[in-house]
Formats: sequence, C-alpha cells, structure tokens
Amino acid sequence: MPLWHLLLHLLPSAMREAHGAEMTALLRRDLARARGMGAVVVLATALADLVWNALRAHLDATALDLRDVWRSARRAPGFATSVVIVTALGVGAATAAFSLADHVLLRPLPFAAPDALVKLWQDQTSRGYSRMELSPGNFEDWRAQSSSFQSMSAYAASSANAMTPGGALRLDTAQVSATLFETLGVGAALGRALFAADGEPAAAPTVVLSDHVWRSTFAASRDVLGATLMLNGTAHVVVGVMPAWFEFPTRDVDLWLPLRFTPDELDDRANVYLRVVARLRPGVTIAQARADLNAVAAGLARAFPEANDKTGATVIALRDEVTRQSRTMLLALAGASAAVLLIACANLASLFLARSVARQRELSVRLAMGARPRRLARQVLTESLALAALGGVVGAGLAMAAVPVAAALVPTTLPIAEAPRADLRMLGLAALATLSTGLGFGLVPAWRIARASGGELRHGARVFGTRGTERLRGLFVVSEVAATIVLLVTVGLFLKALWQVQAIDPGFDPRGVVTARTALPLPQYEAVTARTQFYQQVLDEVRATPGVESAAYTSFLPMVMGGGIWPVLLPGTTVPEDARAASVRFVTPGYFATMRVPLVRGRDVADTDRQDSQYVAVVSRSFAELYWPGQDPLGRHFSIALQERVVVGVVGDVRVRGLERESEPQVYLPAPQVADGGLAFYIPKDLVVRASTTPASIVPAVRAAVMRADPRQPVSDVQLMADVVDRQMAARSTQVSVLAAYAGVALLLALVGIHSLLAYVVAARTQEIGVRIALGASRGQVLGLVVRRAAWLAAIGVAAGVIVAYATSRSVQALLVGISAADVGTYLWAGMVAVVTTLLGSMLPAWRAMQVDPVAAMRAE
Amino acid sequence: MDTLAPDDPTPDSLLPLPPATFHILLAVADQDRHGYAIIQEVAARTDGAMTLSAGTLYRSIQKMVELQLIEETAERPAPDLDDERRRYYRITAFGREVARAEAQRLQALVRIARTCGLAPRSA
Repeated sequence: MPLWHLLLHLLPSAMREAHGAEMTALLRRDLARARGMGAVVVLATALADLVWNALRAHLDATALDLRDVWRSARRAPGFATSVVIVTALGVGAATAAFSLADHVLLRPLPFAAPDALVKLWQDQTSRGYSRMELSPGNFEDWRAQSSSFQSMSAYAASSANAMTPGGALRLDTAQVSATLFETLGVGAALGRALFAADGEPAAAPTVVLSDHVWRSTFAASRDVLGATLMLNGTAHVVVGVMPAWFEFPTRDVDLWLPLRFTPDELDDRANVYLRVVARLRPGVTIAQARADLNAVAAGLARAFPEANDKTGATVIALRDEVTRQSRTMLLALAGASAAVLLIACANLASLFLARSVARQRELSVRLAMGARPRRLARQVLTESLALAALGGVVGAGLAMAAVPVAAALVPTTLPIAEAPRADLRMLGLAALATLSTGLGFGLVPAWRIARASGGELRHGARVFGTRGTERLRGLFVVSEVAATIVLLVTVGLFLKALWQVQAIDPGFDPRGVVTARTALPLPQYEAVTARTQFYQQVLDEVRATPGVESAAYTSFLPMVMGGGIWPVLLPGTTVPEDARAASVRFVTPGYFATMRVPLVRGRDVADTDRQDSQYVAVVSRSFAELYWPGQDPLGRHFSIALQERVVVGVVGDVRVRGLERESEPQVYLPAPQVADGGLAFYIPKDLVVRASTTPASIVPAVRAAVMRADPRQPVSDVQLMADVVDRQMAARSTQVSVLAAYAGVALLLALVGIHSLLAYVVAARTQEIGVRIALGASRGQVLGLVVRRAAWLAAIGVAAGVIVAYATSRSVQALLVGISAADVGTYLWAGMVAVVTTLLGSMLPAWRAMQVDPVAAMRAE
Repeated sequence: MDTLAPDDPTPDSLLPLPPATFHILLAVADQDRHGYAIIQEVAARTDGAMTLSAGTLYRSIQKMVELQLIEETAERPAPDLDDERRRYYRITAFGREVARAEAQRLQALVRIARTCGLAPRSA
C-alpha cells in the first residue's frame, strides 16, 4: 500500500484530491475480498491501472488546455502570431549560428580518437614562415627519429588525367602515405583503404576512390573493386571506396594514391611540398611532441645546413587548423545570434507580461466560477509552451534553410563537410532554446497566478501592476535598442571593411578573362619542344576565335595558387637572406596583356626567348625596387629557378597570395627556358583568355582547340577570373550578409517591442489622456507625450548600445582591415537608424492617443 | 469546478463518446450514484461484459465534470448508510443532450447495418 499512496501522486492534483480517497477505499475492498495470491494480483492490477490512467489523465488535461490555447489564439491572433514569429526568429538565428560554430570550432573531427591527431609543419619563423611544408627527406627522418608519435603520414594535393568510361577527365588527387588511413583511424566504405604495402616502391599501383567519383563516374557499381583505372597513362587497380563523409585533406579530393619517393626526391631537401598529419602516442602532450621534433629538426639542421638551417617544428592539434579570421568571424556570428536571441527574449517577456495583465479580468472571472489557481497556472504555462513549440518548429526550419547559405564561413582548411547537416545536435539545440523560451516566459506569470490566493484575483486585486509592468517593459525595450545598436555597428564596420577589401587593386583586371586548365602529363610532355608546340597550336586557334582579344598560358593563376616560391640568388645584394624569395611563374608571350598587368619598363617575354637563347626574366616593380633601388633594373643579372637570368622587363605587382595577404615579389620566366623534364611543378597549365564578348561564350572554342591539339588532354577548372577574385571576398560578403540579416531581424523585433509597449501604455492610460484633452491639452501635446517617451527609451538604449558596441568591435578589430573600432560615422549611422525605428514604432500608438475622445474615455470610468 | 472554456463545446463536437463515458452517463441518467455504484451498475447492465477499473472510472468522471456532462451533487440519498468519503454524481442537462446525441448516432449506425443485413430487423 505505501507504493499505492506514492503512485497516487502521479495523478493530476485535482483528480487526486477529488478521488484519491475513494480509489483507495475501492482497492481496500477488493483486497479484503481476495484470498492468497489473489491479493497480489489485485494490487498489481490496481497499480498498473493507476499508472496508465494517471498518464491518460494528464494527456486529457493537456488536450483540454491545447484546445483552449487554440481558442484563445483565435480570439487574440495578434498575440499568438507575435509569439510564434518572435520565437521562430530567435530560435532560428541562434540555432543556425551555433550549428555553424559548433561544426567548425567545437565538434570533434570525424576520425578515431581525434584529440590525438596533430598537424606537423616546419617552422622557419626567421624567414616569415611558421607553417611550411616538409621535403620527403625531412619527413622520412622526422618519422624515423621522433618517438612521440604512434604514426605519421604525409600527403600532397595533386591531379591526374584519368581515362574513364565517360572519356578523359581531370581528377583532383591526394597522394598520401599508405599509412594515412591508419593514422586517421578510418576504413573504406567498400573494399579497403591503402595499406603500408601499397607504398612499397615495387608494389602495383593502387587507387582508392571518393564516394562522389564512385557514384558519378562508376555509377556506384560494386564491380569497380579490382577494376583498372588509367591515370596519367599508368594502370591503377581500384582497391576501395571511401565513405561519403571522408573529406581529407580537402573537400574536393576525387582519388587517393599511395605516395612513393624516388632516391632523388629523398635527396632534395629544398623541395618542400608535403603536409604531415600524425597521431600522438597515448599520454604524450603536444608540448612534448614539439620538443621531441625540435630536437630531431636541430639534428637535421646540422646534417643538411643548406636546406634546414634555422628550421624547427610546429605541432598543432588538427582541430585547431582554423585561421584566426575564420574563428573571429564565427564568434562574431555567434555573438550576433546571441544578441538576436536576447532581443527575442526581451520581446517575448514583454509580450507575455502584457498578456498576463490583459487576461487578469478573464482569470478573475474564472476563479470566481470555481477554477483552481493551479489549473489556471497550468493552462497559462501550456499556452506559452505550445506557442513556443510552434515557433521553435518554424525556427528550426529557418535554421536548416539558412545554414547552407552561410557555408562560405566554414574554412576549407578543416577536413569537414562544407555545412553542418541538420542532425540531432542541431534539432536538440533548437528544442532546448524553444523549451527554455516557453518555460521561461510561461513560468513567471503561471507562478504568480498559482501563488495568488483565490481572494486576491477574485476581488480584482492586480497580480500584475500597470506601472511596474510599464517600467519592466521599458527596460526590455531599452535592452532591445541597445542590442540592435551593437548589431548595427558591427554590420556597419564589417561593411566598411568589405568595401575596403573590394577597393584593393589585385594588380590585374579580372573582368572579361576566362581561364581553363590543361595539365600536360609527363613523360609525354617532358621535352620543352613538345610543350611549346602544344601551347602554340592551342593559342593560335584560341586567338583566331571571334571575340578573343588575347590569350596566354601560365604556371599558376594568381590567388588560386599562392605558393611556387623560389630563393633569389644575387651575389653582393644587401637584401637580408630571409627576404630573398620570389614567386616564380613560367608564362607564354601575351600573359601581361591578357591579364592587363601593366608593363612598366622593357618588354614582355617573346617567342624569341627560346630554350637555346639567353635566359631572361620579367620582374615585378617591388622586385626591382628591392634588389636595385633607384637603379635601372633592365639588363641586370640574377639567378632563380636553377638558372641565371637577365631582366628584360618590369611589370606591376600582383596580389598573388590574395587580396588581404602580403605577396612575395614576382618573377615571370619564358615558358621554354627550362631544362627538359625540369621543374615539372611549374609547367604552364592555366590558359587565360581575354574576350571582348561574353567570356563564357568562347569556352567551347577553347575546348575544341585543346581537343585538336591533343585529344587525350582534358580541360578542367573552367572559371571566370572575376569569380576567382570574388571568392577572395566570399567569406567577408557572406559574413556581412548574415550579420545584416541578423541586424534586420533585430530592428524588426525592436520595432515590434517598442510599438507593443507604447500601444499598451496608450491603452492603459486612455482615461488619463482623455482627462488631459478635456483639460485643454492640444493634440500636439498628446503626441509629444507618447513620442517623448519613445525618444527617451531610444536615447537610453542607444547610449548603452554604443558602449557595448565599442567593446564588441574592438574584439573583432583583426577583421576590420584598418577600419577603426571607434569609426564615428558608423556609430552615427547606427544611432540614427535606431532612433528612426523607435519613432516609427511610436507612430501608430501616438496617432491612437491623439484620437482619444475625452467624453467617451471618461465615461468608461 | 474548473470551467475554463468560455465558449462551450456542442454535443456533436464530443461524439463519438468513449464507451466508458457513455456507460457512466447511462448509469447516472436515472439516479445519482457514487463511483463504486457506477461500476456495479455498468457491470450489471452489461451482464459483466464491461467492468470499469477504478482508474478508468475516476479519470472519466474527472473529464466529464470538466466538460460539464455530469456534476457532483451535495445531496446524499441515505445519509445513515453513506460513507462520507463518497462523492455522488448526477447527469447535467448538457450531459443528457450528449447522451441522446450519442444514442441517435448509434441508432443510425445500426440502421445502416440493418440495410446491409448485418443486424436483425427488430432490435
């Protein structure tokens, strides 16, 4: 029986109080009649019946409450709609921003024991590179001589021409240590990943496919295992397919090939191109690993001083491969969403408070008719929860739609998907935000009703005082205006920063230029003459196409490829050794004209610059000024890319590394002036074409020209140069758009908040206003009364907002490219927008106040 | 009691009634009864085919009171024989309307069954 009495508490209190004693009496009667084991059966049945019906009784009560919510929503659609919209905006904004931040900054990487995974870099801080790739020789020595790692694997991005059933394709490949998959702790979805044996020099070439290539090129056939794929003319056996979520090292990898080194490659310690990921041994910290590797690096610096002098090791957690810029942007976004959520909450609090006051009379009537305060409280709570739930569902939908739009904020340096998928975490977050909103704004009024002794409400005493409510709601409006100011200032500053970046001259004119890539495979195109013939034929045909102004080939496109740096050798120069590096590009004649890089002095590279003529170079202005300040650079000699060259021309500087980054001085070399089979990495492969017509319209002609020159060579990476430049600003423009959307939502919410507060004040003071008008107050004075109040609230909100905004802007200073966090114009603009919004919000209530009929108002008393 | 809804439901909006609700309405239609008496009455009328558990009975009563189908009565038929814990219930005018509407609904159903040859001609 004690259990029975305990379980009676599962019943709704009203039912327990009304029927608990009778139910107990009935059970006693049945127990008295039962004999032996029968009593146990009776008790067990009664307990089960009690639990089941307690549950049903709660559902019944909730159903009744929901019916009432629906009715009251139909009677006061404005309130219900406002609550749903405000909750949806708040929950949507918070869910979207936190999902992105969680995806990029918090969530563990999708690998086994991801906390033990680290990235390793060479540290040449003295030359300005704290994160530099490794040479094959150094990588093998790091792996053999260090003791902190369970496994260490290298990888390098590459690409390959593939002959597939659908024709020739250019595929992005990752050449990886055969141990990479073991290091990451990832297996194949189909077949197997690479084994250590695949990396042996004598092993048959193998390849692992990405899920998307498997689906798009091999029709997701399981027969692909064991099939042969021709890559750069070599047969590779397909051994496995990776899962769709596996995006290492980048999202666009099509194939993984085992990385193998020739003895020559191992000897060349200056050829740094390998990235390295490693798994720490259990119990080893990052600091210990760093000390270990630095000791190894010091040994290598002594053994190979030419390449390894002043070279240490950088060890960072793989999870932290997020640039400070990405991190700050996401934190700014999270902050903005928190501000929107805050405004939404202030608005909801205000709405529910007003609602409670408005329902006071209704509640009194119900109490007078015998309703129990707890039942009423429960109903009020159900109302807030139901409306919040509806808002939460809409908000989660908004978040799901919004997240992919903001995907440009997800950095490409992390091996994760472009955008978080809508998953349980995201929905859980939305549910949590919704539940706390519903409970938060339902509980307080419900609690006050439940506590009010029946008499208080019944006799018309006010549980919610008008004046106190007004003050509280005024405070909410002030905080809404303040939060809006913070968002407006942030958006304003970011917008100015975006304009600043847009105004940066890239050093070339991207408009009207289309580019396409054809990487010529070795050994077929090892000879310079073979390549020259190919370039000549393609360029002649492309240039003859109507609408084409000029065309040329280059090693790499600016901003697409920032590397390709070579040390400059110039005996007797005073330039510090660490600064003697230049970005090297082999180009065909016409490159500068096509890109509209201004030729400042001398000449362009020419067809007469052949493999057997004098080796020449065209240098950028900054290069000339660095090595020969105040002198004529033409005719000067220096060595780069394994040859001594003479300067024949000077061109303008190009932002090779991107709009917001410093670039090395540039050196352009004639495409043929390299040894056969040498510097394969620099072989020109990017075609740039300037068109006077729509650039996209000449793409078929380009494809046809390449096809005629060599039908086995695919054309890939067709893009407009303008898009390349725009991508530089993609994260920034997305950031500004997202923040602007948030600021817009905030403004809208603040407008609603101000309007509803003033409407409430005017309604509550209709009699007072009536008396004032009767006593001779003009309509203008009444208008002033309302507008003054709005202006006061706005002024306090703006003042508070400006202080917070300044503190916030300073924390994102790093993203502002020189724009001051105290930019006066931005603050003035934000303040004005907020004040105008406030006044707009006061218009309708002010107009209503002016229309008050004094006679009717006083008669209502 | 808790009369929350200012605009009350119509009899039709409550149909079809759960069987327990209909039986309880029938049990208190002719005289006021307390909970245990309702259980006994329902069992007797259905020859034991329908036995209401205590949980089902009181949950139904709770809901029927809220919907104003029945009401608690202060009068006690035989105070000397009565246990004071017991509450007595009587059908309301609205409860009668609802019971009538439910009976008509069932009657109409039987009529249809009859035209299909699935029920005897005379009930």
